[in-house]
Amino acid sequence: MTTLDASPAGAPAAGTVLAGIGVGRGVALAPVALVAAPPAVPADEPAAADAAEGEARVRGVLAEVGDDLRARAAATANADLRQMLEAAATMAGDPALAAEAARLVHAGTGPATAVDQAVEGFAAVFTAAGGDLAERATDLRSVRHRAVARLLGVPEPGLAALDAPAVVVADDLSPADTAALDLSKVAAIVTELGGPTSHTAIVAGQLGLPCVVRVPGATTLAAGTPVLVDAAAGTVEVSPSAEAAERVARRADDERLVAAVVGPGATADGHPVPLLANVGTPADARAAAAGTEGVGLFRTEVLFLDARTEPAVADQTAAYAEVIEAYAGRKVVIRTLDAGADKPLAFATQADEENPALGVRGYRLVRSLPGIVSRQLEALGAAVRALPAERQADVWVMAPMIATPAEARAFAAAAREVGIVKVGVMVEVPAAALLAEAILAEVDFVSLGTNDLAQYTMAADRLRGELADLLDPWQPAVLSLVAATAAAGVRVGKPVGVCGESASDPLMALVLAGLGITSLSMAAGRVPAARYALRSLTLDACRSLAAAALAAPDAASARAAVRAGLDADVARVLLGEG
Amino acid sequence: MPRRRARVATATGLHARPASLVTRKAAEGGHPVLIGREGEPGVDASSILSVMGLRLQHGDQVELSSASDDAEALLDELAALLESDLDLVEQA
Repeated sequence: MTTLDASPAGAPAAGTVLAGIGVGRGVALAPVALVAAPPAVPADEPAAADAAEGEARVRGVLAEVGDDLRARAAATANADLRQMLEAAATMAGDPALAAEAARLVHAGTGPATAVDQAVEGFAAVFTAAGGDLAERATDLRSVRHRAVARLLGVPEPGLAALDAPAVVVADDLSPADTAALDLSKVAAIVTELGGPTSHTAIVAGQLGLPCVVRVPGATTLAAGTPVLVDAAAGTVEVSPSAEAAERVARRADDERLVAAVVGPGATADGHPVPLLANVGTPADARAAAAGTEGVGLFRTEVLFLDARTEPAVADQTAAYAEVIEAYAGRKVVIRTLDAGADKPLAFATQADEENPALGVRGYRLVRSLPGIVSRQLEALGAAVRALPAERQADVWVMAPMIATPAEARAFAAAAREVGIVKVGVMVEVPAAALLAEAILAEVDFVSLGTNDLAQYTMAADRLRGELADLLDPWQPAVLSLVAATAAAGVRVGKPVGVCGESASDPLMALVLAGLGITSLSMAAGRVPAARYALRSLTLDACRSLAAAALAAPDAASARAAVRAGLDADVARVLLGEG
Repeated sequence: MPRRRARVATATGLHARPASLVTRKAAEGGHPVLIGREGEPGVDASSILSVMGLRLQHGDQVELSSASDDAEALLDELAALLESDLDLVEQA
């Protein structure tokens, strides 16, 4: 086990900022420690002199690696890490892996090459499958690296013992690599590969370590170079300035303040504003279940968009039931299929449209493919009816892209017909915001989709980066439609939530609470900052901020007005300002 | 040669953890067992790598077979396991 020597040639220069995907919000500044690259197999590895003996060595080494991984599993205190190590140990002992390696040895392949090729055969299938299975390829390759090192008589890959806190940088970290780290000396983790749901990211999240994954060029950093890892920004800054270093120390303290606020979302004077999670898959829902008060937006597209055939009603019901179960006792808001010409269904022919964002999408699918809409409602109804009576009202179902009270009425009737108790619609078309009271008369609740509401209000395509200033949810026109919808909810006493991007901006969360919005739904990772923001002000203070934002002439001054109304400490914590 | 058919009942499909429950049972059974989609050649049912590689989804119809005539009871147990929702089974 060795760290690689510093290699200044080709290493990124001071001040360079490498970008990846951040996990969590933490920041850290420490020198780089590189995890040694895995052993390569020599191209000319000779065949075993005696094939039977070669087979015995290969089988013996795989068994040893399995034992070693099991011993590491038993020695770790982290339950998830233990489970991952046990899974890797099982792979090392897999009969099909040993059989394939043995076959290759008998065919004249060198022993280390045989293990390498046998592992790659399985890993290629996993990688091609994508998703969770692709992540398992990392486990499998960690078995390969250890077995190949033993067969070649070279050191196993890993990291030298750390004597001071360091930023661990690797291609990818397997659970076995992570288990070998002295975590008290790990300041942050940066990987060139991996994804936000990889083992590395999961474990780093649990340990509260700042982590940035998929950082191209990370492994070209020289060992010992100080780097500033900012998980919230998803960046790695090389040899940062002294000023940046001070900022990090303050940010780390502030992040601890944010994380220390727990419990339900509420203003300082106890006015509840439930904080919910936006999720796309049952796995997301399980991951977000701790720390949120429910699901404010379950996007069901994922069940449909990749499917070659329409998912059977029973399969849909099972997927909805899984999310509902993960949140037993809490609210789950399910949005029906939001597909259209811009997000085409593989199994249904839809006409090409000149203007897909303005075409047959969302609930409008009922005009061209009514069966898909009615079968989804049937599946949702079955999931609701399977619940005990007292839990049926926890499942809220809403339709996207509603423009008229008549559409809301038709959807509500169809949903109630199949036994859905709480029926709502999205407000993302300006027409729906303008007629919010008439729409609320037809349904039990509405939820504002602020991204689409901004796109349609400002007539600016969400996908056009150069129009980002028009799409700003702080635009006065967008804010007034949000305010009008919230006011309609207050008048008729029905919930008006927000499930768009804007809910996750802590300053906007204060404005929304002040406008009378009843719940905020966002990516689970954004909840702590919103909770901290709400807890710092009373409802009356939020109302004043909302009034100030609404009175502002443009987006920048609306945001500045809210910023000016905050206590200096709160502003620093929320905005990372010095 | 005993054979059984089963329909995968685990809602999330036979991913790592549910697959390990099946392969462990097969490994402890003491008889060679093949598992595969109907009409396709089977793979070693005691191999987690092979079984995960099948990417079995909820509702998939699978066939179990064994070259051992004494494997009838084992195949029954494996079929029953496949037909239960293994996400609800606690890891032993």
